[in-house]
This record gives sequence, structure tokens and C-alpha cells, in this order.
Amino acid sequence: MDHLPALVNEASAAIAAAEDAQALDQVRVRYLGKKGEITALLKGLGQLPPEERPAAGERINEAKQALQQELEQRRQTLEQAALSAQLEAERIDVTLPGRGEVNGGLHPVTQTLERIEALFQHIGFDVAVGPEIEDDFHNFEALNIPAHHPARGMADTFYFDATRLLRTHTSPVQVRTMQTQEPPIRIVCPGRVYRSDSDLTHTPMFHQVEGLLVDEGISFADLKGTIADFLQAFFERDDLQVRFRPSYFPFTEPSAEVDIQCVMCRGEGCRVCSHSGWLEVMGCGMVHPEVFRHSGIDASRFTGFAFGMGAERLAMLRYGVNDLRLFFDNDLRFLRQFN
Amino acid sequence: MKFSEAWLREWVSPQLDTQALADAITMAGLEVDAIEPVGAVFAGVVVAEVVAKAPHPDADKLNVCQVQDGSGEPVQVVCGAPNVAVGQKVPFARVGAVLPEDFKIKRAKLRGVESHGMICSASELGLEEGHSEGIYVLPADAPVGKDFRAWMTLDDSTIDVDLTPNRGDCLSLRGIAREVGCVTATRVVEPNIAPVVARSNAQFPIAVSDEAGCPRYLGRVIRDVDLSAQTPLWMRERLRRSGIRSIDPAVDVTNYVMLELGQPMHAFDLDVLEGGIEVRRAHDGERLTLLDGQEVVLDGTTLVIADQAKALAIAGVMGGEDSGVGADTRHLFLEAAFFAPLAVAGKAREFGLHTDASHRFERGVDPDITRPAMERATELLLAIVGGTPGPISEVRKPVHLPQRDDVALSRERLAACLDVRLPDEEIQRIFRGLGMTASAPGDRWRVQIPSWRFDIAIEEDLIEELARVHGYNRLPVRRPQARLSLKPADEALQPLRRVRRHLVSRGYQEAVTYSFVSPELQSLLLPEAVSPTLANPISSDMSVMRHSLFPGLLKALMHNLNRQQQRVRLFETGLVFQGELDALVQTPMIGGLVCGSRDVEGWAAGRESVDFFDLKGDLESLLALGGCADEWQFVAASHPALHPGRTAQLYRGEQAQGWIGALHPSIRAQLGIKPEVYLFEVAQQAVLEGRIAAFQPLSRYPEVRRDLAFVVDAEVGVAPLLEAIRARAGEWLTQWQLFDVYQGQGVAEGHKSIALGLTWQHPSRTLNDDEINQLIAAVVDEAESRFGARLRS
Repeated sequence: MDHLPALVNEASAAIAAAEDAQALDQVRVRYLGKKGEITALLKGLGQLPPEERPAAGERINEAKQALQQELEQRRQTLEQAALSAQLEAERIDVTLPGRGEVNGGLHPVTQTLERIEALFQHIGFDVAVGPEIEDDFHNFEALNIPAHHPARGMADTFYFDATRLLRTHTSPVQVRTMQTQEPPIRIVCPGRVYRSDSDLTHTPMFHQVEGLLVDEGISFADLKGTIADFLQAFFERDDLQVRFRPSYFPFTEPSAEVDIQCVMCRGEGCRVCSHSGWLEVMGCGMVHPEVFRHSGIDASRFTGFAFGMGAERLAMLRYGVNDLRLFFDNDLRFLRQFN
Repeated sequence: MKFSEAWLREWVSPQLDTQALADAITMAGLEVDAIEPVGAVFAGVVVAEVVAKAPHPDADKLNVCQVQDGSGEPVQVVCGAPNVAVGQKVPFARVGAVLPEDFKIKRAKLRGVESHGMICSASELGLEEGHSEGIYVLPADAPVGKDFRAWMTLDDSTIDVDLTPNRGDCLSLRGIAREVGCVTATRVVEPNIAPVVARSNAQFPIAVSDEAGCPRYLGRVIRDVDLSAQTPLWMRERLRRSGIRSIDPAVDVTNYVMLELGQPMHAFDLDVLEGGIEVRRAHDGERLTLLDGQEVVLDGTTLVIADQAKALAIAGVMGGEDSGVGADTRHLFLEAAFFAPLAVAGKAREFGLHTDASHRFERGVDPDITRPAMERATELLLAIVGGTPGPISEVRKPVHLPQRDDVALSRERLAACLDVRLPDEEIQRIFRGLGMTASAPGDRWRVQIPSWRFDIAIEEDLIEELARVHGYNRLPVRRPQARLSLKPADEALQPLRRVRRHLVSRGYQEAVTYSFVSPELQSLLLPEAVSPTLANPISSDMSVMRHSLFPGLLKALMHNLNRQQQRVRLFETGLVFQGELDALVQTPMIGGLVCGSRDVEGWAAGRESVDFFDLKGDLESLLALGGCADEWQFVAASHPALHPGRTAQLYRGEQAQGWIGALHPSIRAQLGIKPEVYLFEVAQQAVLEGRIAAFQPLSRYPEVRRDLAFVVDAEVGVAPLLEAIRARAGEWLTQWQLFDVYQGQGVAEGHKSIALGLTWQHPSRTLNDDEINQLIAAVVDEAESRFGARLRS
């Protein structure tokens, strides 16, 4: 019993000296294990006189608990150190780029079309599509453009034969919709259109979105409100100035061209707006009664408005693209700018 | 339509500057395309007279002139122009003058002779394109000493209006002035056109056999004219400022009247006409050499002006070379006619022409302006070329002239369409300004339409007139109202935008390629393909409609490969056009292409090139979007554009829907594409049609997995084998994985090893070993008997 303090000191030193969990466990076994030296002291209590036993037992247990505490502390310290070492060893360069595929992207024209569709879908328009090889009736006749009408010269048409052609606008989709649906009709018609024109500012194929609203009591004021709202929403400028200029389309009356304050110079005058401060962005008007007649809609009961715009034109203004032809080169260096 | 602002202001001159005037015209619906100064900027140029001329002592081509500019003694000027002559009035740039492009006139010595200024040519003053021959000789009555700019009214602009095809009535000063007067509420002063008194009885017979095509024809003989006379400067200037070149007095006058009143006219050389004029349809095969030298062959659809012998002119389009006037023409026959728009429509284009006359007649010329125009032209001609006018001969068939029925306009309709009630006075003012007469208002107006308006026939036409003159931007604005109603939405149908985004997130860049492609490229890829060909393509390499998305995608690939892009992943959605026109199918497709490395170049990436299975994996994930992946099959097949051993046709159920494969190496070689290229194309509809998920209860019982390895002939397709195994593995099979395909050591030559993991689970109890063993036995039996497979031990 007398060597208990020495034993405790010895054990404490051994605990402090243990450099890893294994060494520490050996220390534990040596002093506190079944055959450990402290355990042996407890077992030896029986050889003491009974009156000494409680005091001696208490001293030994105290020593044992103290050592256990030291062991636990040492274990935690060692674990902590091991974890720190492991964490240090596992350090990586988090600035390296991640692995795997990089995103591709949607064509800017698609992005523009989808944006326009979404704006109109939010106020209850549906998206309608149709064939691109059309016939004379749907592309011209039904739209109040009879043969030899000077307006046929407005759009240089690609023909296959005397009556079949590539649609010059998406208006045929409006006709097809009116032929098959009862008002109220609210549609936008996005898609490819074709005109035999190719120079700096024209490509023989481009995209249009046309819209049509037919219902009872629709007025020119509704048209103005819808168009102004749309353009302000599209360009995210609620102070964007919009003006309506009288124009002529055979399929609408009254007809208007729509100008917006130049989005490049805010109306100050620049190269893009030819120093006029205004940009022509779309055409629109009230549906001509003749178009209703061809499409089987009762013009005495219903009125409606229609509008049409070029998607490339709007994409160019929105994203600052300065060359129309880039849209159809499909150059990755161009396309990736819109990802 | 181009015209001079100063000329317009003689008709109507609102208190607006040039820009504001142009804006008013634009906002009336006549879009001003351009405002150009009529001459360049210069100062210090006066009218002067050449009073003496002597040869330069030291230069053959120079003259030393004395010029009186009104400021005192004549000044000495060295002049190199060949046409300078004593007595000429000329534009003279004094010392200190500044000519266009900031060219300052200084005192100079030319080959030793002092020169104090410069006698100018038209081009030096920006009055003529290019380089003028010689100095600009002014009329004899030009006032010496007067500032040249002011005297020429060069502080004027050419206004170019881009007219819509409905507004033929504005193809004249008269028409533009009427519009300007109406929209600016300014009085319009019409020139006074008095009938010219005939001074002889000379007439030339007129007959019209196509009365519908030409319901009105006026002719007049003017004898003894002198066409060598010069058109006066003021008229030449007005023509120039309207974009028309001066030719000779007869042509200039007819052009002038056309600009002024809108009536195209024609002057014939009376001496070459035989018998009389006949307006008739051309005979089939009849030939005519036009003023531009082109010989055309006519047929019965073309209206011509003829004499008794031959066709002289295509009515309303262009005159003939033989009957045209020239400097030695002695007697004129002047024509002013009304040709029906439909008789003229399309004719000019048919002969590759577009003339000022055809442009106007196609859109409609005022049938009541014919006679005033004839009188006006006669008056102007007599003043320039002299001569003795005969009386006007006229054929007029009122029944064939345009009928202008009154148009009714209901108050209600007007208010409903514009959402506003315009004051009656405003409405009356607008109608008056447009030359319309409206009856006293009740519930509706009855409006008389003037002879020059070919575009007003229905109520909406009048509403548009009122709206545009009142001003679109002064009309009210509101938002349409509608009942909120839900629409059916097909949940199983995937939106195309989801498909696009799926490919985008797998690294594909969307392309948009032309729908017409090169026939050579298309037939290289698809020799059997039939698709419509354009009759009038923009170029031969854009002349046939695409039968497939492949040609466009490959063209886009080549564009990028030629620009050092090594890893290309593209997709496109759009229609393909299959079959002859009469059996045409226009099908929306999705196509894609991959080329280059499998991974994006990077520190952790491999360097392998893409292969078939990379693209197939992308495609499978696309086909799985609707939840129907298991309905699709890839069946080995052959396609002319694709590698015969690396091509599959896509089936959904029994229906072929598309293709996937490697571009054929020989096509690659022909296109000069070095790396391997993999392509797919599939019908959109089949991809988009999906299913609605249906819940299956989750089993609480353990699942059992067994792995099997078979050796089969290398030719055996894995998919059919898997399908057969699946079919025999019982209803409790929940998963099946192909986890290895191996050829090489340990497997006999010409064979491959296929390893599968099969997992079973019963919904309501634990499966026992006997059951599993029986299912495995059935599976093995199927593989052995149908596919010659051998279970690997």
C-alpha cells in the first residue's frame, strides 16, 4: 500500500508519455487492466486487517479514478491530434475546377422566343404552331392579299410551284386557328419564316412571333395597351416610350407600326436608331373583316387584334448583337455568349 | 416617293421646321425614310458672268477669264473647263469662299497667272453625282452678283417617303400636300390649271378595244415643237431633287406632271405613228423593243398601246424605242390615260421592270386627274418647246372607271373600335381634309369617297382614316379583359423546352440552321431522299428543303472545326420536309451531334474521344424524360450517311422514330472532317409523349440479388438477350443490371462474356431459395436455348 503514490506517479507519467491510442491502451492494461498493478492492489485488500480495508479501498479507488480520468483526457488529446493530422493530410486545393460536363446553352433566338411566349402565356395566350411549307390561300388569300396585290411585293416569297411556298410570316397559323376554334382566341405563333432577301440586314430565314386576340368588344385601345405592356416587360423598362405609327398591312385595319424609344441611346439618337431616337420593332392592327370572313369568324360579333415581330430583331436589341447573320452561323464562340 | 420640301411648301406650308414637318408626315402613316440636303454645304458662291476669255500663255488646256461678279471691276480667273465661254452666267466661288468638304478658295497662281476665285462645276457644288463635264452654265437671266445658294433655293431638302402600297394617291406632290394639309390643319393651295386653247385642228385617231383595261384615254397632237430647247433650270432642279434625271423637255415635262399630279404620261413621235392609236391586248408572239433597249415577246395578257401597224408601248409600264421622242422630233402625240390597276398589275415584274409609271398604275391613278394633267403638260411644254397644240381627243367609258360607292360609318362602331368618341367637328374636319364629303351626322355618316382613293371601301377604312389623322398616340389605352378560365393540360406530354434544357445541361449548344440546304450535301448524306426544291432559291446551296437535320448540323460542325473548335456538341429542333409536294410530310425533329473529346478538357479529365455510347447515353436520358424509356429499342440497321457497323434505328414500340450512328468514314473524308462524328435524329412527338407516374406499394420484405455471367457469340445483341431474360425472370424481378461485357483472355475467340445482376423482391412475403433457383434455371435455359449462351462457372 505504501507504494501507491509512487505507482500513481509512475502511471501518470506513462499516460503522459503514451504517443498513440495503442500505447495508451497498454498503459491502461498495465495499471488498470484485470491483471493491472492498481487492480492488484484492490485484489490485495483482503489481506489487510478488516478495519483498514475501507480507508485503503477508498484511497486505491481514488487513485484509480484519477488515473482513469487522466487516461480519458490523454485519449481525447491523442484522438484530437490524430484527427487534426488526418484533416491536415486530407487538405485539397478547393480552388481547382470541378469535374464533369459544362452546360451548353439555348440559342439566343430560342431564348427570345421563349421569353416572348412566356410573357403572353402569363396573360392567358396559348402557343400555336403550323407548317412552314404553306399554300397560297393560308399565306396570302385568306389574309386579304389576292394575287397581283401590290402587297405581295412587300415580302419576296420563296415558291415551290404556283400555289405552294415557304410561309412569309406566321399569320397562316392564325388563319388555321380561327378556322378551327371559336372565340375567344388568344394565341401567339412563334416560328421560322422565309423571304428571298439576303444582305447585311436580311437573312432568307428568320423567326417571327405573331399574336392574335379575338373576342367580343376588343378595341384598338386594347391593342395599344397590350403592345405597350409587352414591350415594357420585354425590355424590363416600365418607362420605355412606345409610339404607334399608322401603316398598312392588308390583314389589319387600322394598322400600325410600333416604334420604341431607342434602347441603345435612350432616345438620344445613335447609329442603331439612325439618329432618330426611335426603333421600329413590330407591326400590328385590328383584324381586317375580310380575314375574319375567310376564317369563318362572325365579324359583326367579334373583333380582334393581331401583331407580329421579328425575334432576331428583338434579340439584337436585347443582347446588343450587331450582325444578324451571326444567328445562323452557329459559331460556338457566338452561341456560348448566351449560356 | 422623293420630293423637294420647297416645292411642297408652294402647295402647303405649315409652321413647322423640316424635321417637324417630316415627323408629321411620318405620323400620318407616310413614313419618311430620309431627309437629305439638296446640295452640299458651301458659301461664298455668287452668280457671275464671263466677260472675257483668252488662252493661258503657258498651258494648252487652261483659259484666263475675266469674270464680273457684281462687286466692281471684273476679276481674273484661270479656268480649265473646256466649255467656258464669254457671255455665260456661271456659279463663281470668290476668294474666301468655302466649297464642299471644307475646300477654301484662295488667291492662287496657275502656271504663273494670277487667279482670284473659281468657276464651279455642278459636281463641285454637290449638285451632281460623280464628276461633271465642264462648268455649270446658268440661264441667261441669272442675276449677276446674287448669292448662288439663295438664287437656287439650295437651302432645301429632299424628303423621301416610303409609301405603303395602299397609298398610291400620295405618289405626287398633290397627294402629299393634301395629307400634310389635313394632318397639320393647314390650307392647301392647288396650282391653277387652265385648259389650253387649241390652235389647230390636228388630231390623231384613238380607239380603245380593251375598255375595261383602259376606260379613259386622252391624246393631243402638238405640232412644230423644238425639242432641242433646254428644260428650264427650275424644272431640272425640281426633278433632280425628286430623284429624276433630266432627259429632254418632253420627257422632263411628263415626269414633272407625274410628280406634281400623279399622272404618268407618255410622249410619242407623231411622225412614226401609223394610222391611229389603238389600246388593245397584245397579239401572241408580238414583239416590242422597249425604251431600255430590251426586246420583249408579248401575249394576250398584256395591254399595249399600238398604232395600226404594231405595238408601241406596254400600257402603264414603258414606251417603245421606235416611237419615243428625240431632239429631232417635230410633232408630238401626248398621252394621258387611266389604266385599270388589275390590267397593269404584275406586268412590269413579268418583264423584269419597275417603272415610275407601273408603280403608280398598279396602285391606282386618280381617274379624274387625266385631263388636268394633259392641260398642265401641254402648258408647260408650249412654254419650253413651242409648237401648236391641237384639241384633246378622249375615249372615256364611265362604266369601267372605278366606282366609288359611298361608305357608311356608324357612330357606335367607331366608338367601339377606338374606345373613344371623337367630336363631330373633328370628324368633319378630317373628312374634309381628305377630300371626302360626309353627310350630316345622325347615327351614321355617309361618306363620299374621292376619285383618288383606291383604298377606301368599307367602314374600317374610314375608322383608320379618322384614327390616323386624329393621331394614334392620342387615342386611349386599356388592357383587354377576359374571363379567367383554366385550360386542360396534358401532364404526360413533356414540353419541348424541357427537352431542350435537358440537352443543354448535358453540354449541348443549340444550333439554328437554315431549313434549305445544299442539294449536293443532302444527296451525299441521303441519296434516296425526296424533298421539295425551291423554284427561286437565294442560291444553289440553299435550294432544297432539308429531309433531315443532319446536313445543317454537319455544316455547323464544319464551321466550328474550321475555327479551331475541337469539342463540339450541338442540337437542333425543327421541321424536316419529306416527300414530293403532293405527299409532303413536315415533321418536327430533334437532332444532335457530338465530336471531339468525351470530357471537357481539364485537370481531372480523360483524353478519350467520344464514342457511340456517349451519344447513346445522352439520347437514352432524353428518351427517358417522359418515363417511357423501356418502350424504346435501338436496332442495328443501315443508313446511307452512317457507319454500317455503328448505326441503330430507333423504335418506340413498333414505330421507327429516328436514327443514331457514327458518320460514315467515307462521307467524313469527302467533307474533310477528320475526327469521328456521332449523330442522332428522332421525331419530337415520340420523345415528348410520356406517361403519368403510377404508384406501386413498397415491399417490406428482403430483396434477393443473384449475379450471372454468360458467354455468348460476339454477334449476339445484348438488348434482345436481356429482354428475353427479363421476360423469363418472373413477375417479382425488380431490377436487372448489365454490369460487365468482356472479350479477351479467358473467353474464347469470337465470344463475349456478359455479366448480369438480377434482383427479385416479393410484395408480401420473403422469397425462398427454391423459388429463386427455379427462376434462375428458367433464365439460364432461355439464354442457352435461344441465344446459345453458356453459363460461366
